[in-house]
Amino acid sequence: MRVLTPQRTAIALALLALLSLPYWVGGTYYINIASQILLWAVLALALNVLVGYAGLTSLGHAGLFAVSGYTAALLLGAGYGHLAACLAALVVTVAVSKVFAVLSLRATGIGFLMITLAIGQILWGIAYRWASLTNGDNGINVSTRPAPFGLGLSAAPAFYYATLVVFLAAVVTMAVFARSPFGASLAGTRDQPRRMTALGYNVWLIRYLAIVFSGFWSGVAGLLFLYYNQFISPQVSALTTSAEALLMVISGGSATLLGPIFGAAIVVIMKNVVSAYIERWNLVLGLIFILIISFMPEGLVPGSVRLWRAGRQWLRARANGWAARPARERSP
Amino acid sequence: MTALAVKALDKSFGGLRVTANVDLIVAPGERRLIIGPNGAGKTTLFNLITGEIAPDSGSIVLFGRDITRAACRRRAHLGLARTYQIITLFPHDTILRNVTLALLGLSPLRWNVLADLDGQTDLVDRARRALAKVGLEHIAERPLAQTSYGERRRVEIAMALAQEPKLLLLDEPFAGLSIDERRDVQKLLQAIPRAVTVVMIEHNMDVALELADRITLLHFGEVVVEGTRAEVVADPRTREVYLGG
Repeated sequence: MRVLTPQRTAIALALLALLSLPYWVGGTYYINIASQILLWAVLALALNVLVGYAGLTSLGHAGLFAVSGYTAALLLGAGYGHLAACLAALVVTVAVSKVFAVLSLRATGIGFLMITLAIGQILWGIAYRWASLTNGDNGINVSTRPAPFGLGLSAAPAFYYATLVVFLAAVVTMAVFARSPFGASLAGTRDQPRRMTALGYNVWLIRYLAIVFSGFWSGVAGLLFLYYNQFISPQVSALTTSAEALLMVISGGSATLLGPIFGAAIVVIMKNVVSAYIERWNLVLGLIFILIISFMPEGLVPGSVRLWRAGRQWLRARANGWAARPARERSP
Repeated sequence: MTALAVKALDKSFGGLRVTANVDLIVAPGERRLIIGPNGAGKTTLFNLITGEIAPDSGSIVLFGRDITRAACRRRAHLGLARTYQIITLFPHDTILRNVTLALLGLSPLRWNVLADLDGQTDLVDRARRALAKVGLEHIAERPLAQTSYGERRRVEIAMALAQEPKLLLLDEPFAGLSIDERRDVQKLLQAIPRAVTVVMIEHNMDVALELADRITLLHFGEVVVEGTRAEVVADPRTREVYLGG
């Protein structure tokens, strides 16, 4: 068995780059950008479970993301500790995800999209209008970040490493999930739900569990967002947040592990870095998406793999054709 | 005990009665052929038996067990498998993964989120054996998108057989096949052990008649004629509504 396969080498190099990032990226600002990419990647990975593997496009995930952040912020404000607040936030998010699943699975396709959009808007409405609970448009401040095992997360590099740990846990979980029998069953419900039912699968329950799983990781991303900003406001639960997460998944490549991560990187870099140099950065972001959809409709990651393979095949064919020519034709 | 007992089954879509008071008794191990002109309600009858649509009235009993109200997925666990007239497979997967999914559907392993599906050697070996039975083992790793129509028909049958059903419903298994492919599928169906009861819809009488013990002729959702091959072919109503002339 080969120990050093190209895939393992790539993973090792990527890990090395991520672990050493605070030392070479150049300043707190860019470390914070990296933290943002990782936390949004967790949300994109969570959404990818539905969009990519289940074939269910949700426009309400910002709601689940916000439920977690608000629950933790409210409990911290009430004097609870970070661990209790985080655990309670995840429990509440999973509970809300269950309701989300029961309501949204009344339909598939556009119907599912519209129901999730409606649920997202309801949650945004609660965050925005129930001011006595959520402090309305002013949002809620969180004064401290947790200090797991006595390690403070106040500094940018420390928070980056904490986010990286959670991000890697999400990536490993998603990789295991996608290769598992349940992951295959979920993909089957995406491609042939009728056939899956006839084969003995409970399609509704499989989708329900996938939504709850996705909701859990959306909640984890929501906690990272809360602690990163130490602030949460209704803007987090708005439709634009759900749409951005969906763009991350689609532009990077749904039903892949790397796609949502690259998608998150594109969106975050455009929003934070490019916007510093180009006033109309939205225009550039739009152009990038048009280019991706035009030339790589399957997304950036699978599209790049396809183009790379096609290019390599073309080069090989050219080299073979060149070698097959008579010697006098090959001479310049 | 009968393998399948359908009694007074009725189904209407709006004002259109597509299954009208259908009675059907199929003995264990029997090969039953369902024939009828287009729109006779043959596939609807299959959909009612598998539970993909619910009947308005009547009952369906599978090996002594009333399954009229059982969910479609439950019927698969009770030994009912089917193929589709329009091939319904998993286009993004390999042939092997298609058959593995069929096996997984009846296994508690389908809920497992930690195991690696490709590492489930027992399941994968069984899928390979099912493919060997239909002569596709050599292309097991081939993506479904790179297979011929005839190969896909055989994958459909392999998926149904892999589930080791007690009752197998075949919806036009010869549809769209070339003469050679038809011969292959015919041999394949003849090799199905008698422990499996087979009910088949087919228009291609040349191949289907050889397989059938008894034949049921449907017309406008009703059973018009039922009997042995000789009885049904000789019946003037068969010529009138189906064979012509």
